[in-house]
Amino acid sequence: MTAVTGFDAEAIRKDFPVLARTVHDGLPLVYLDNAATSQKPSVVIDTLREYYEQHNANVHRGIHVLAEEATALYEGARDKVAAFVGAPSRDEIVFTKNSSEAINLVAYAIGTGSAGFPALGPGDEVVISEMEHHSNIVPWQLLCQRTGATLRWFRITDEGRLDLSDLDTVVNERTRIVAYVHQSNILGTLNPVSPIVERARQVGALVLLDASQSVPHQPVDVTELGVDFVAFTGHKMCGPTGIGVLWARRDLLEAMPPFLGGGEMIETVTMESSTFAAVPHKFEAGTPPIAQAIGLGAAVDYLSAIGMDAIKAHEKALTAYALDALDEVPGLRIIGPRTAVSRGGAISFALGSIHPHDVGQLLDEQGIAVRVGHHCARPTCLRFGVPATTRASFYLYTTEAEVDALVRGLHHVAKFFG
Amino acid sequence: MATDLYQEIILDHYKHPQGRGLREPFDAEVHHVNPTCGDEVTLRVSLKDGVLADVSYDGQGCSISQASASVLHELLTGRPVAEAMSVLDSFTELMGSRGQLEPDEDVLGDGIAFAGVSKYPARVKCALLAWMAFKDATAQAVEQGSDA
Ligand SMILES: Cc1ncc(COP(=O)(O)O)c(C=O)c1O
Repeated sequence: MTAVTGFDAEAIRKDFPVLARTVHDGLPLVYLDNAATSQKPSVVIDTLREYYEQHNANVHRGIHVLAEEATALYEGARDKVAAFVGAPSRDEIVFTKNSSEAINLVAYAIGTGSAGFPALGPGDEVVISEMEHHSNIVPWQLLCQRTGATLRWFRITDEGRLDLSDLDTVVNERTRIVAYVHQSNILGTLNPVSPIVERARQVGALVLLDASQSVPHQPVDVTELGVDFVAFTGHKMCGPTGIGVLWARRDLLEAMPPFLGGGEMIETVTMESSTFAAVPHKFEAGTPPIAQAIGLGAAVDYLSAIGMDAIKAHEKALTAYALDALDEVPGLRIIGPRTAVSRGGAISFALGSIHPHDVGQLLDEQGIAVRVGHHCARPTCLRFGVPATTRASFYLYTTEAEVDALVRGLHHVAKFFG
Repeated sequence: MATDLYQEIILDHYKHPQGRGLREPFDAEVHHVNPTCGDEVTLRVSLKDGVLADVSYDGQGCSISQASASVLHELLTGRPVAEAMSVLDSFTELMGSRGQLEPDEDVLGDGIAFAGVSKYPARVKCALLAWMAFKDATAQAVEQGSDA
């Protein structure tokens, strides 16, 4: 009854070879660790193979057939990604290794500065939140240590929402950048954008959105969001590992200093100094992850064909179903929003006093893959007074039957340690 | 399977930990954490004439890490330091054995129940947490003693 009409997760599963495998001598795999990384559809795997079998060459530096094909495929992937997130220009898409590198790139640039992009210094403030992945905490801590700027953060409410009651004091005239997570990987919370952007604009601060968990699961249009930087990572959205994306407004990219130096990112080089290539190449030093970018292009095509709206609706229905079903498990406490409103399909919980490590291990014995630990968001765990959580996270191929298997599995765990 | 890892002995120690709680007097105290899963243990040793008069501990974590601390307390309290160190070596060796070693009950007591854990690389660190804390604390206590 919660199924979304016209969306056939069972049919979609056939696109993902790994979902057909069994674990522990014949148990079907129930993969509920999608917030860590998604599985890959055949089209992506085939694209990688075909690239290496038919087109492999270095990009932007050859005049032979293969080099031209590889370059066209690589740049074609940039077009696809730009269209996927509504970027006004393809040149605003910088390929990185992952989200972490994209965030580090921005942190480095703002710490170094250049003409038209003033460097951060003492007295300046950087704002993050208590809900961040370590990838959106540590680069800013390092930046503040390096420049003498001050790190501030939004807190989390008891329901697992961003506490914006002190928005006007946390974001103030001293704030240079607000960097926060669009959808939390541990709580599942989908955070608001417009009030934060509006306040940032009032005080002239930049806004970076860590969209690692939103771009894979819902339509994201960078223009509509109105932010300055968006970071996301290919492996969580059916793409290969080793490829991530920084979208940034073109005028900012043009003003920012380069991050890594090397081949590809230059215009001319003498022994004394260099001038740099136009964006986005200025930020892509060395041979890029060519096959991975092309694979990400295939993933984006795949997701677009199914439709991000449909994927979002499927996951929302599934999340509502799961929240209800988990509520029936004795002793289970959801950590994060308890309704499917403004939240995604990553559900963290505690099961009585049973340690998440033990929960995860016993679920694994039943073929159910979840993540346990602090999910690279230790401050969030501290906020909720738990050392770790168990997290189940869904994607387009997750079914109600899998949620049922999880609930049965948890009953078993509770009995085992009871 | 589950019973391989979660031996009855381990579950017993987990549900009824032996010697849990931090006690006075003590010669050294350490706090060790497993950063990947957040398991923590605080452990104290009290030395008297080269003998471990008490090993007390507190902590939070999974059944494996907590049961292991309980077994350690039971096994090592009252032993001469040198002897305790050789038990520690045996336990460490067992944890590195990937299920290939037949543990010696005369040496390891209830510690033999952890043989199955050695087949789960992700859990070996849980089992070793208290033991590494013990090694650290005892080294500190011995050093202090030699200073005095
Ligand atoms: C919210 C969030 N931000 C950042 C990251 C980092 O992504 P990556 O490890 O691909 O750089 C992740 C993934 O673990 C995430 O969930």
